Amino acid sequence: MVTPGKKVKTFTIDGKDVSGTEDQTVIEVCRENNIEIPTLCHLEGLSEVGACRLCLIEIKGSNKLLPACVTHVREGLEVITASERLKKYRVKLLELFFSERNHICSVCVSNGICELQNLAQKLGMTHVHYPYLFPKVDVDASHERFVLDNNRCILCTRCVRVCDEIEGAHTWDIMGRGIESRTITDLNKPWGESDSCTSCGKCVAVCPTGALVEKYKNAVDKSFKYKKDKLKFLPYLTTMREVKNEQS
Amino acid sequence: MSRIITIDPITRIEGHSKITIHLDDEGKVSDARFHVTQFRGFEKFCEGRPFYEMPSLMARTCGICPVSHLVAGAKACDEILAVKVPETAIMLRRIMNLSQIIQSHALSFFYLSSPDIVLGMDSPVADRNLMGIVKANPELAKNGILLRKFGQKIIELLGGKRIHPSWVIAGGVSAPLTPEQRQTMLDSIPEALKAIQWTLDTVKPVFENFREEMRTFGNFPSLFMGLVNENNELEHYSGKLRIVDSVGNIIADKLDPQKYYEYIEERVEPWTFMKFPYYKPLGFPEGTYRVGPLARMNIIDRCGTPLADQEWAEFRDLERGAVLSSFHYHFARLIEILYGIEKIQMLLDDEKILSTHCRAFAEPNNFEGVGVSEAPRGTLMHHYKINEQGLVTWANMIIATGHNNHAMNKGILQAAKHFIKHDKMTDGMTNRVEAVIRCYDPCLSCSTHAVGKMPMRIQLVNSTGDIIDELIKN
Repeated sequence: MVTPGKKVKTFTIDGKDVSGTEDQTVIEVCRENNIEIPTLCHLEGLSEVGACRLCLIEIKGSNKLLPACVTHVREGLEVITASERLKKYRVKLLELFFSERNHICSVCVSNGICELQNLAQKLGMTHVHYPYLFPKVDVDASHERFVLDNNRCILCTRCVRVCDEIEGAHTWDIMGRGIESRTITDLNKPWGESDSCTSCGKCVAVCPTGALVEKYKNAVDKSFKYKKDKLKFLPYLTTMREVKNEQS
Repeated sequence: MSRIITIDPITRIEGHSKITIHLDDEGKVSDARFHVTQFRGFEKFCEGRPFYEMPSLMARTCGICPVSHLVAGAKACDEILAVKVPETAIMLRRIMNLSQIIQSHALSFFYLSSPDIVLGMDSPVADRNLMGIVKANPELAKNGILLRKFGQKIIELLGGKRIHPSWVIAGGVSAPLTPEQRQTMLDSIPEALKAIQWTLDTVKPVFENFREEMRTFGNFPSLFMGLVNENNELEHYSGKLRIVDSVGNIIADKLDPQKYYEYIEERVEPWTFMKFPYYKPLGFPEGTYRVGPLARMNIIDRCGTPLADQEWAEFRDLERGAVLSSFHYHFARLIEILYGIEKIQMLLDDEKILSTHCRAFAEPNNFEGVGVSEAPRGTLMHHYKINEQGLVTWANMIIATGHNNHAMNKGILQAAKHFIKHDKMTDGMTNRVEAVIRCYDPCLSCSTHAVGKMPMRIQLVNSTGDIIDELIKN
């Protein structure tokens, strides 16, 4: 989408001539041109953080791998999105996600509708070659309608961003570093005791895994709507973002 | 000098185990023990998980009988929700549970035990398997495969997949039955009925060749326990527990399954990971009992379906009082397959089965729930406790195979005493000892709440621990 007043840049993605405005990122231009790039943290309508690193791309002339979601387009860029090296790295990244926390799909309530699981299948991840770490993490089921299971969290921060940027509540944050990182509500209060949470459920809708889910429900439930209807929810996010931008 | 024979692991069963046979100074069998060598710990790692995950999480205990765990787990969750589950949901759960029993019994009899019965206990080990049956009696093999497929297909139609469907959930089932699914199931019934009737007619005369085994394969007085319905008929889903003694007298009736802990105690032995449940009022070992198809046939007043009742009448004629020989588990299993097919037809013929009201919704209203149902191998108990957030704080499962633990130990001792009389073992001798275990169709993965291979090692060990004979089968 061309933004008025912004300069248009022309460049190539996987040998294909493409163009975008200077404020666009490579992933946006890829999406516009139906070029697939895997990602777990990027979501149209939310700001970019480059957290999951799955959208890594190669730029000719540079040995560094760059995340497409936070790399802005430039004139004459030669982008490669699907080299053997990238494919290998992406699978390794997925394996690292699976090795860190307990993502046993078979008993997860999001089994079958999980973006992490779908991506693992799509990218051909067959084994986890790293030792499983599985730290003991408690489930927070104190909220009356939703459950936070940090065992399934990949720290994509979609919940943090949607709550802050769209709902305006900023209930969510990330606490700690490395393997100790936890998604928390307010200042690490139980979710059910959060003063800021409006119980709107946007965080549940955008969560790519089974970390934020509806209580008493699982993927076989017809009424497990939030995650299943995610694609219907996305245009709403984009619209709300635009409204907010216009206001500010 | 006393010696020990070890059979490790046992083949053609579901799970990991070994047998040790202890010989006295004169080389006679003095004791025999069935050791379950796997440990899983489901009861521990489910702690902290939301209660409504329990049915499908606990179903992962076993790939053979996941549906049984789903049903018992969901029933325990129904108790936690304290809801009245819609009638259609109960009927649908019953169909899935019966399909599970049919497919598991078909696996046990046709795939695992029929090689011993049709080919003979002493037949060459290379042929004593399903492929041997395919060569010797293709019709039998075909019917076995057909019956297993019949059960699995219904499970798939209802739950979306054959193994580990997650369609049974707290409060009911997740989706109603469609008229097309019902018709597909009904269409498969005549062929399945024909297959089991042919099998019963063919196999019953063959059972007569096993008089020695009937006398010695776990043929001892014991109690029998299982669920019966309000008409004292065969029941696999709900009902009350009944216990009969070895002469067939009812010693406890209409026991509330929800309060199993008031009358069932579990004993722990250091040499096995499987516990020994017993009927508390009689103590251990007098209070030990058998469960499963044989027990169910012993406790009921009738099956409740016409064709199965005819077969049951023949079964009742086998012995006076309760049928004690564990060899008859096989016959009982075949009768239950017949019953299951008839009962599924009855449930499908009822128009209520198509109702779309098949789930009750609620939040937790109890902090504790017990779910008891009959699994292929016997009475299955799931018991969960939760906190105010709905997270599991404690869980206990008593698995059908566990109930039979003491009986299996007694059974192998009896068979070992009869068939093993020398320091030197023969394949036929050890196969008979193993075949006793197969009668019970133990599911050890379940009972220890493992995965692994099934080769077998038999060791003859003397009192100083030296191996004096060894036999390895792969």
